[in-house]
Amino acid sequence: MNSGRREDILGRIREALRVPAPHSHAGQAGAPAPVGRGQPKAWLPAVPPDTEGRLALFQKNCAQLRTELHLVTDVEEAAKILVNLRDAHHWTAAAAHHHSLLDPVVKFLGLETLFAEHRLDPKSLEKCSVGITACDALIAQTGSILLTTRSAGGRALSVLPPHHVVVAQADQLVPDLPAAFDLLYATYGTNYPSFATFITGPSRTGDIERILVLGAHGPRNLTVILIR
Amino acid sequence: MSMISSFAAKFKNNAIKLTADLGHRAKIRTALRSYEKARNGTAAQYQDWQAARTGASAIKWEAINHLDAYLIEFVDKLTARGTKVFWASNGQEACDYVVALAKEKGARSIVKSKSMTSEEIHLNEALGQGGYKVVESDLGEYIVQLREEAPYHLVFPAMHLTRHEISDLFQEKLHTPPTESPEELTMIARRELRMKYLQADIGISGANFGVAETGMISITENEGNARLTTALPKVHVALMGIEKVIPKLADLALFLPMLATAGTGQEITCYNSLIGGPRQPDEPDGPEEFHLILLDNHRTELLADAEQRDALHCIRCGACLNVCPIFRNVGGHTYATTYQGPIGSVITPHLRGLMDWKHLSYASSLCGACTETCPVKIDLHHHLLQNRRNAVAKHPDPAERLAFRAFAFLTRFPGLLNRLARLSRPFVPLANAARSILPPPVKGWVASRDLPPIAAKSFRDYWRTR
Repeated sequence: MNSGRREDILGRIREALRVPAPHSHAGQAGAPAPVGRGQPKAWLPAVPPDTEGRLALFQKNCAQLRTELHLVTDVEEAAKILVNLRDAHHWTAAAAHHHSLLDPVVKFLGLETLFAEHRLDPKSLEKCSVGITACDALIAQTGSILLTTRSAGGRALSVLPPHHVVVAQADQLVPDLPAAFDLLYATYGTNYPSFATFITGPSRTGDIERILVLGAHGPRNLTVILIR
Repeated sequence: MSMISSFAAKFKNNAIKLTADLGHRAKIRTALRSYEKARNGTAAQYQDWQAARTGASAIKWEAINHLDAYLIEFVDKLTARGTKVFWASNGQEACDYVVALAKEKGARSIVKSKSMTSEEIHLNEALGQGGYKVVESDLGEYIVQLREEAPYHLVFPAMHLTRHEISDLFQEKLHTPPTESPEELTMIARRELRMKYLQADIGISGANFGVAETGMISITENEGNARLTTALPKVHVALMGIEKVIPKLADLALFLPMLATAGTGQEITCYNSLIGGPRQPDEPDGPEEFHLILLDNHRTELLADAEQRDALHCIRCGACLNVCPIFRNVGGHTYATTYQGPIGSVITPHLRGLMDWKHLSYASSLCGACTETCPVKIDLHHHLLQNRRNAVAKHPDPAERLAFRAFAFLTRFPGLLNRLARLSRPFVPLANAARSILPPPVKGWVASRDLPPIAAKSFRDYWRTR
């Protein structure tokens, strides 16, 4: 396999680094103090210490981001929400993946449903009105959803259909971004999936006169159904 | 003898034209005012934004000053999971690689998400010459591609256009009905691009960060076009400058929100995706092949300049452009560089030649707003001064040197200075009146300024008679 100019470039880098850099324009020599793994927690926006406070923050962030959030008590109620969404948005076909949280909910949908198993054909997925997935975590600090190919049925399911519905459990809510990365380390260790993404609100753009428009290329609607 | 490159002459002409264009300035001011408000609000929510900047700067310092080790770790992790990594010394090598790949795959259609590095190496032109058409999928990039012009701003490519201009453009190029609504315009682009993702044989993306620890690239976006570009085509090619590597996955807990805050004023952008390889055997979709091109293209030369090495810390958030009084007045296209504003003025002389681009070191009021806003604390305005110094050292200007020697001489003999000042007093109004016929470099100085009048009584005179 042709790896190009690897040795040339590494050689130039090593040559360049023979002269140490000052760490500020005041000319201080040596490396700046390293950043400890826990430190960013103390710099980023604050998160309430208690579960209820975090849930309230997640709710507030969802409202600001225009993520539709439904708090439900059980699977039956989750299924009811999904059926209401189906009718309100006139879904004609759905896509999902097999998952212990999704299976009991999706079966009530009564729609032709495409499942992401060994292969998911993008052309068939494109015809679906909604992609329904689980996730790895919800993040209170930013109102984000963390998912991976393994937790959410691949790469396209959560981005190609115009509506993305996430079904999650309350204990999946983590306080902040550092905690979300801790969770990635703990869950996947040395065997990471090929893709992970933090989703924060429905797809958006401000490229025309910096005016916010939702549904640029990804889903225009993002719904989180949170089972408490 | 003054050395004025054709780039400098062009910059000057366009700067004069755009500074006088009040409509253009008002447009940029409005856009940036809303940015500033959002950014200030978001930064204020941090428990300690300044400590976050110091921390981010320290992480980048660590990565850049051990770049060889982190790149090796990064590449080893990626190749272990089936990524094909290609190291390119320059833009030509990177372009050749992509063109050869397109040929090998028999590609008919290529879709691309936003990548300033690909602008730097003119990848679209290279693929075009090879007979391959590339469609830009980011809305702003799509708009400027239809206009056949360069991005105006490294984060907001189409910020210089109004909805009316974009509507006219779509009408002409896509034959869509005119509309005043940014939403409808966005939906036109969405419909146009939808099928492109599904048809494309190759998807090209950039990378905002490369994580050494886990061998992943990180892509930040809002629209979802990068996700589609990297999910649907059978082949994904990512282009990344060697300076984008960071040590740890957890470092992103700091960089992702800071990039958004500094870049657009958001707490975090809509999609922040990590890609660590092609589709794995247990996954239902994703590209069969993932190629990563690591690009040097003069970055190692900047690395060799220890004094300015921290310019490689840049995360391309665009914050320094947004606060720069020069950028706000002359606009993005005037720079005629891939990277505009203060960071562009600092690095372009390193990437494309000091003598051709040293004029950008003067496109600054040295107010330091750029340095103050930079989320990774690059010492931007001092680097502009260092570039000025280096340019003079490389090509001293004899007239300038003579003038400064004369000045230094005079200051050592205050009596003489005083007498000369008194003698030249009557000539100041004359010089101001005759500014158009004066020879350069005096002409250049008085063209837009009045020479200040010399006081009737000097300070020394006052002191003597106090």
